[in-house]
Amino acid sequence: MDKFITQFKDIFANPKYLHEFLGGIWETTYSTVVATTVAFLLGLILAVLLVVGDKDGVRPLPSPVMRVLNVVINILRSVPFLILMLFVLPLSKLILGTRIGTVAAIPPLIVAAAPFIARLVETSLRETDRGVIEAAQAMGCSPFQIVWKVMLPECRPALISSFTTAFITILGYGAMAGAIGGGGLGKTAINYGYNKYNMAVMLVATVLIVILVQIAQSIGTHLAQRSDKRLR
Amino acid sequence: MIRLDHITKTFSGQGSEVHAVRDVTLHIAPGEIFGIIGYSGAGKSTLVRCINLLERPTSGTVTVDGVELTALSERELRARRKKIAMIFQQFNLLMQRTCLDNVCFPLEIAGVKREDARRRALELLELVELADKAKAYPVQLSGGQKQRVAIARALASDPKVLLCDEATSALDPQSTRAILRLIQKINRETGITVVIITHEMAVVEEICQRVAILDSGSMVETGRVEDIFSNPQTDAGRRLVYPDGAEALTTELDAERVVRLAFNGGSAYEPLVASLAIDCGVKVNILGADTRNIDGKAFGTMLLGLPQDPAEAARALTYLKGQANVTVEEVRDYHG
Repeated sequence: MDKFITQFKDIFANPKYLHEFLGGIWETTYSTVVATTVAFLLGLILAVLLVVGDKDGVRPLPSPVMRVLNVVINILRSVPFLILMLFVLPLSKLILGTRIGTVAAIPPLIVAAAPFIARLVETSLRETDRGVIEAAQAMGCSPFQIVWKVMLPECRPALISSFTTAFITILGYGAMAGAIGGGGLGKTAINYGYNKYNMAVMLVATVLIVILVQIAQSIGTHLAQRSDKRLR
Repeated sequence: MIRLDHITKTFSGQGSEVHAVRDVTLHIAPGEIFGIIGYSGAGKSTLVRCINLLERPTSGTVTVDGVELTALSERELRARRKKIAMIFQQFNLLMQRTCLDNVCFPLEIAGVKREDARRRALELLELVELADKAKAYPVQLSGGQKQRVAIARALASDPKVLLCDEATSALDPQSTRAILRLIQKINRETGITVVIITHEMAVVEEICQRVAILDSGSMVETGRVEDIFSNPQTDAGRRLVYPDGAEALTTELDAERVVRLAFNGGSAYEPLVASLAIDCGVKVNILGADTRNIDGKAFGTMLLGLPQDPAEAARALTYLKGQANVTVEEVRDYHG
């Protein structure tokens, strides 16, 4: 216990730690924002294909195409993140020239999160009121117009919520990535905390991650509610 | 304006088939308000969806405004649909758009410039008397107001046909009447052809000129509303016209002579009973009546219990048979 208190005091006394934590917060935030944005766009496209291409969708696609799409998404979703990351790191090497660091972790995060987001968004899009889609069809909307002008705008609040959930999940994945060469608060917790038997550093890094999650969730919930015109 | 020729729609599920519409042939004239009535499950919603091909009929052809829709490509069909507007029981407004933007929607789809679209949309909102709600969202409106926005939206693309799928079924009687009057007004001013799907006879009698009765997917009766009302030919027709069953009333009677009067559009019915008492000195019992006023004329049936005395009963019968616009028929199997 005494050791823990000493370590804890050291965090505030030693500028090295302050620097490490601030850097960690920045790296985590930055990599999560970039990875979530790209993964969300990919996931959104996949989700639209899943919903629109369904046999009851507004533009049914050939069923073999849909089957392949579903199987690929399911496989990517069922591989544990850390293992998937090891598989995808060569891709980082190819694109970014490195497999170590904050930026190198972004491609694996995207590959891991996009299928998950696809399912999340698929669920939201499927909840678009059938009647509204039917009305749009009756007005002569093309499938593209139905997606772009009806489904996506009508689902806006749910999409914001999905984005929030995706952001938080990727934040968690990013922390795990710290264990195998990624940057951010996860790395801080592992390298300076776990590996050096410094419980205080681990604890502070974890608390910082929790705070980031709380902030993200609050902003997301607020924006989703404010954008929902059904609540007034 | 609308020609349905031998429309059949069969839904096939696992091993079972549902015949939603069976061989319906129907012609609707330009500018007409045409009712399609039937109980739920009769296939009327499927039938109306066959008109704009939201449901593609299993067989048969659909022709609207001289163009055979069933022969068109998807793209050509979409262009044609812009002239066939539709309103729904659940209104189906875009919940995340303001009323004004809802009315702008079909104009946006048609590629109309934003300012022009907004100007046109505002005119339409004025037409449905909701200009003050332009900036409101659908959730802030009552059912009747939502349906009026839906009507404004439907009219935005200057359609030639307006399909109403149970458009008043989710509304209270007052809003129902207001919506029907609005539809009638638009019909008169623009000459738009209106097709009204409903399970409520009151809706048909309020504004339709002709009506088709649908029962288990088949069209069992069609004709002018007055004709169907005064003298329904089929079981389905009678059940719709007399939902409470004027027939059923007879079972509660004691053994006296009962006649059924059918009013075919004379003056209202009460004076008849009064004049029967005054002119013949015969008092009769009104056992039941199911009558309606259409354009100030009486339609429907009434059951009269005649006096026990045979002479008086005969006098009353003769008197009644002498009336214009009234058919008299003795009910013999009234006790049961």
